[in-house]
Amino acid sequence: MTDLAIHSVDGDIADTLCDQVRTAYEARTPLRIVGGDTRAFYGRAVEGQELCLAEHSGIVAYDPVELVVTVRAGTRLDALQSALAEHHQMLPFEPPVFGAQSTIGGAVATGLSGPRRPWAGAARDFVLGTRVITQEGKLLRFGGEVMKNVAGYDLSRLMTGAQGTLGVLADISFKVLPIPTASHCLRLAMSLEDALGKLAELGRQPLPITAAAWHAGELFIRLEGGESSVKATRERLGGEALDAEFWTSLRDHTLDFFTLAEGQALWRLSLPPHTPPLSLDIADADIFYDWAGSQRWVKTALDAKTLRDACQAAGGHATCYTPEAQGGAAEPFTPLNAVVEKYHRHLKTQLDAHGIFNPGRLYAAF
Amino acid sequence: MNILFDERLDGELARRDKHEVLTDLQQAAPGMTLLHREEDLRPFECDGLAAYRVLPMLVALPESLDQVEALLRRCHALGVPVVTRGAGTGLSGGALPLEQGVLLVMSRFNKIISVDPNARLARVQPGVRNLAISEAAAPYGLYYAPDPSSQIACSIGGNVAENAGGVHCLKYGLTVHNVLRVDVLTIEGERMTLGAESLDAPGFDLLALMNGSEGMLGVVTEITVKLLPKPETAKVLMASFDDVEKAGRAVGDIIAAGIIPGGLEMMDRLAIQAAEDFVRAGYPLDAEAILLCELDGVEADVDDDCETVRRVLEQAGATQIQQARDELERAKFWAGRKNAFPAVGRMSPDYYCMDGTIPRRELPRVLKGIAALSEESGLRVANVFHAGDGNMHPLILFDANKEGELALAEEVGGRILELCVAAGGSITGEHGVGREKINQMCSQFQADEISVFHALKAAFDEKRLLNPGKNIPTLARCAEFGAMHVHNNELPHPELPRF
Repeated sequence: MTDLAIHSVDGDIADTLCDQVRTAYEARTPLRIVGGDTRAFYGRAVEGQELCLAEHSGIVAYDPVELVVTVRAGTRLDALQSALAEHHQMLPFEPPVFGAQSTIGGAVATGLSGPRRPWAGAARDFVLGTRVITQEGKLLRFGGEVMKNVAGYDLSRLMTGAQGTLGVLADISFKVLPIPTASHCLRLAMSLEDALGKLAELGRQPLPITAAAWHAGELFIRLEGGESSVKATRERLGGEALDAEFWTSLRDHTLDFFTLAEGQALWRLSLPPHTPPLSLDIADADIFYDWAGSQRWVKTALDAKTLRDACQAAGGHATCYTPEAQGGAAEPFTPLNAVVEKYHRHLKTQLDAHGIFNPGRLYAAF
Repeated sequence: MNILFDERLDGELARRDKHEVLTDLQQAAPGMTLLHREEDLRPFECDGLAAYRVLPMLVALPESLDQVEALLRRCHALGVPVVTRGAGTGLSGGALPLEQGVLLVMSRFNKIISVDPNARLARVQPGVRNLAISEAAAPYGLYYAPDPSSQIACSIGGNVAENAGGVHCLKYGLTVHNVLRVDVLTIEGERMTLGAESLDAPGFDLLALMNGSEGMLGVVTEITVKLLPKPETAKVLMASFDDVEKAGRAVGDIIAAGIIPGGLEMMDRLAIQAAEDFVRAGYPLDAEAILLCELDGVEADVDDDCETVRRVLEQAGATQIQQARDELERAKFWAGRKNAFPAVGRMSPDYYCMDGTIPRRELPRVLKGIAALSEESGLRVANVFHAGDGNMHPLILFDANKEGELALAEEVGGRILELCVAAGGSITGEHGVGREKINQMCSQFQADEISVFHALKAAFDEKRLLNPGKNIPTLARCAEFGAMHVHNNELPHPELPRF
């Protein structure tokens, strides 16, 4: 509790952060950008002087009627979510929370989204604007606090998921949405084949589904919307009731499934909707289908190339969630093709000429 | 104020002999249609911003990717600028040609490659019309959500370039939220795929960056869009108000009640009159403002929501509330709104459409500011808003044949956009900056921010050959434009309130 109290104190340290970046730029000192440091596992290890954003925290502006909230990057996710919940609102992309220290800056930098993603949209879809610290240590504003804004290039969405390699996220504005009035979660015994078929069929209909997963012979579905439609769909689908906590545990990787056996690494396979099961030598019990099958968690000792070849053949990609030091892949993210990589390098050179921002975090070359 | 390309402010362009370029491109891309005679170029001299016209040096109408690739490679080698154009319906002059440039028209890329109902996506070429995607998806009960007013004519490639919106954005998002993947040709003629059919792709989100980049970072050659199940039902409520501010507050009240309407539109007295005269939508002519609130989704929820909204509107002081009785009446209510621009066009020889966005709470103040500008300038302004997402479309009525009226209309338009920026909004919500709002970019962004935009552009197009002069102003232009504002006293109407 004391811990929480300390962090609930708002603080704007943007000026200090800008000074630190400017100094690093001049001295060409690599920086490791850190909020709550709960997502260090996601990506390559960064060697650098810490640039700590945890104290740059607090809600800058929140107007529930506008559906817009602006927060400092170091604000804790749980604190932000509580503040929104007081007004029956939420971050629709359901960001994973990997511990109490998890910050909103880290959530946006990693660009990860929870079970609602296929229906509501990804982290980047809800980012309206940012204030970013550039390589020269300037605090600049891109996007804004309005729903629609197409002036200039969309730097804010570019920064989402870039893991701080193009600049430091200082403040972020989001579109928020009302928490649905009714909710019901259910589980149905069903084979994988039937479940994928069922999800494709349901997906073509306007139903209030906001999460769908399959594991070990069971289909899990969350319904959210108006009272009437949730009730009607619940009656139509049947099944047993499921605790809503299931989705939080799936989102945050606290389900038993996420416990790894010796030699296994955790992989995330991102695949087009309605992709059939991949022919990989992995036990059924070690695969968890989320996002109606578009996101598959896999526990395996298979090598990166085998997994990536299978995913790429299906039009997707594979990311390793286990750090190299703990037996994961040396390259956590799928390598880019030559042309796309060239423009990644150009962008990095333009926005981070001396390579001070989280160097090597996504790929070794930049 | 003339907004045509000005090399002194916008940067020098290479001067190449037209016939040499023509011969070069004919050899590089055999069989590609290349227009070069004045009478053939004439139809391409402007897009939807018809007040500005420039004859391009050449117009290319390729039919294959190889031809586009060859054209870009040669133009890159020769230093010839390339302006890409889709259906030419854009309102901000994003496809305004350059005298020394090639106009690359993508309209022949008009095939729907595939519709996959199980994965709920469609692969289409950039010249496919927006509405044609929904038509192709309709047999599966699916549709493509973004619906700009020009959706029967505008092409999806242009939608991506401008990050087009429409009346359903608050609930269903802009183009960027509904595109999964684009294939792009770079100015160097390289092919690259951004995004994926999966819900994300490794690396930076260049897909998001490409949306709304106004043809300045690459040429989009194929697009994969997300399809949504058609809502089971959609119902429309129309509320009349005797005061515009009350209508503005009602919009916030609906959102505060936890409802996200599929569409939430507002029109003021002048716009109501124009629409009613034109399409007989059944709008109340004695109202100062009307709100159109569309609720869509599952039948049972929509009925509940209609009741809630009705209650909210009553409490907000609506003088009359009508729910469309059937699909026919719903279409009629919308016809008035969707035809608001041409309707206003019938009231005045010319009109100038603005596209500012504001936080909704600022609506009353900004409306007052617009009314003051209208009164001072003597130009009538009709207001049409995507009220749910704070996107305003003030239409400034003028007569271009009257000496100085176009300039005055542009001046008023510029001031309206500055009001939006001062209220915490943006100079463009969905039409794009193009050439039209190039100067107002200097009021929305500081020089350092504009420099970052230039850095980004340089990463993709170092020689500044793709659509030069659009979207991002040079610092030289901002210095000049800024200087103009320093001498505010010399501008018309210095006495007008600024926010």
